[in-house]
Amino acid sequence: MSTITAYLKSLTLWELFKGLRLTGTYLIDRKITVQYPEEKTPQSPRFRGLHALRRYPNGEERCIACKLCEAVCPALAITIESQMREDGTRRTTRYDIDLTKCIFCGFCEESCPVDSIVETRHFEYHGEKRGDLLMTKERLLANGDRFEAQIAADREAEARYR
Amino acid sequence: MNPFPLIEAQLAWLPSPVVVTFIIVLKILLIVMPLMGAVAYLTLAERKVIGYIQVRIGPNRVGPRGLLQPIADALKLLCKEVIVPQGASRFLFLIAPILALGPALAAWAVIPFGAEMTLANINAGLLYILALTSLGVYGIIVAGWASNSKYAFLGAMRSAAQIVSYEIAMGFALVGVLVAAGSLNLGDIVEAQRGGYGIFSWFWLPLLPLFFIYFISGVAETNRAPFDVSEGESEIVAGFHVEYAGMAFALFFLAEYANMILISGLTAVLFLGGWLSPVPGIPDGIHWFLVKLSFFLFLFLWFRATFPRYRYDQIMRLGWKVFLPITIVWIVVVAAMVVWHVPPWFAAA
Repeated sequence: MSTITAYLKSLTLWELFKGLRLTGTYLIDRKITVQYPEEKTPQSPRFRGLHALRRYPNGEERCIACKLCEAVCPALAITIESQMREDGTRRTTRYDIDLTKCIFCGFCEESCPVDSIVETRHFEYHGEKRGDLLMTKERLLANGDRFEAQIAADREAEARYR
Repeated sequence: MNPFPLIEAQLAWLPSPVVVTFIIVLKILLIVMPLMGAVAYLTLAERKVIGYIQVRIGPNRVGPRGLLQPIADALKLLCKEVIVPQGASRFLFLIAPILALGPALAAWAVIPFGAEMTLANINAGLLYILALTSLGVYGIIVAGWASNSKYAFLGAMRSAAQIVSYEIAMGFALVGVLVAAGSLNLGDIVEAQRGGYGIFSWFWLPLLPLFFIYFISGVAETNRAPFDVSEGESEIVAGFHVEYAGMAFALFFLAEYANMILISGLTAVLFLGGWLSPVPGIPDGIHWFLVKLSFFLFLFLWFRATFPRYRYDQIMRLGWKVFLPITIVWIVVVAAMVVWHVPPWFAAA
C-alpha cells in the first residue's frame, strides 16, 4: 500500500507542488528589506562603533594611562606609552588603536575607570590609504570632541544599568 | 491588420527579389528585436521574482524600480574584454557562443504568433523545431571543448548527455501532440485545439502527462534549475562557460534566455492553444499567446527559486526510466483516443 501511495505521490508531483506553494506564499509576502542609505535600523545607546577619547568639561583629557584597556584588549589592538607631565600627573604620550585589529568587543570601554575610552554610535567611516584606520591619540581625542554631546547623552541614558 | 502587402505595394518600383528580401528581413527584425528586449528584461524579471520569493525586493537602484538594470548589465558586458585562454582553440572558442545563440533565434521562424503571424509557415514546423533545439547543444559542447579547461569540459559533457537524454522524452511528447493534431504544422496544431469549450478543448487535458513531461524536459533542455548540472556553480564552478568573459559570455546568456522563451512559447502553442482565447466568445489574438508564454516563463523562475539541483544520476534516471516509459504509454493512449474519436477533443470531423 505504502509503495502505491509513494508512486502516486511521485507521479502527481505532490511534493514539488507543496514546495511551489511554499515559495509562492513568500512571493506575495511583505518585503522586509531596509533601503540602507535612505532608511536605517534603530540603534541602541550601547552601540559599539568608532572609538573616541573623552575630555572633562574643563578640557583636560580623562585618560590617566592606567593601561587597563591595553591589558584587557583581546585583539591586542591598543598600544599605550606614558610619561609624567610637568604638573606631576601621569599622561599618555601615545595612544593607538589599530581599527583593522579591533573586534569592537567594548572591553576597553568597560575596563576604563574614568570613562575615557568609549565606543561611539558612529560606524560609517572608511580609510582611503594605509594608516587611515590606525587611530592615534590626536584623532581619538578629535573624535571625542566631535561626538561628545552624543557620547554624554548615551552614558546618561545607560547610567542606571551600570 | 497586416501591413506587409501595403509595404510591398509601396516598394513595387524595386525588382521583386529585393522587395521579398526586404520584407523577410523586416519580419526577422520584428521578431528578433522584441525577443532581445524580452531576454534583457527576463533577466531583470528573474532577479525580481527570485528576490521576492526570498523576501527581498531585488535590483531597484538603476532607474525607477531598477528598470534600467538590464541596460546597465549589457553595457558592462559590452565594455569588458573577451579573454581567450591559453591553449584554447581560438576559432572554436569564439564561434561557440554564436553556435549556441543561432539555433535559439532561428527556431522562432516557425512559431505562430497569431492566425496569420508566422515568418515561415512550413508544414514540417515541428521537425524543424526539434532539429534546431537539438543543435543548441553543439554550442555548449564546442565551448566546453575549446576552453581547454577541465571544468568547462565536464560541464559540456554533462550538458550533452542530459540534452540527448531529454531530447528523446521531449520528442515522444511531441509525437503525442502530432498524433493528436494530425499535423506537423504549428499553425494547424493550434487550429486543431479550437473547440467549443475554450480552455478545456486544448491539448493539455487529453495529453496531460505529455504536457508535464514536455515542459519539464524543456527545463532540462535549457539547462535551467533544477537541471542546471552543466553549470553546477557549487561543483564545477560555472560549467561550460567558466572561461568566457564579456560579450562572448553575454551571447551564452542570451542563448539560454532565448531558449527559455522559446520553450515557453512552444509549450503554449503545442498544449495551450497558442493564440486561442481560453473562454469561448472572447476574441483570439496574439495577446493570449503572450500571456501563456509569460506564464511558463514565470514557472521557469519559480522553479529556479524553489527546487534544489538534481543529482546527476537522478537526472538520468528521471529521463530514461520515468519520462520515456510514460510518454510511450501515453502515445498509445492518445492514439486510441484519436482512433475512437473521444469527444470533445477528437470528435469525428
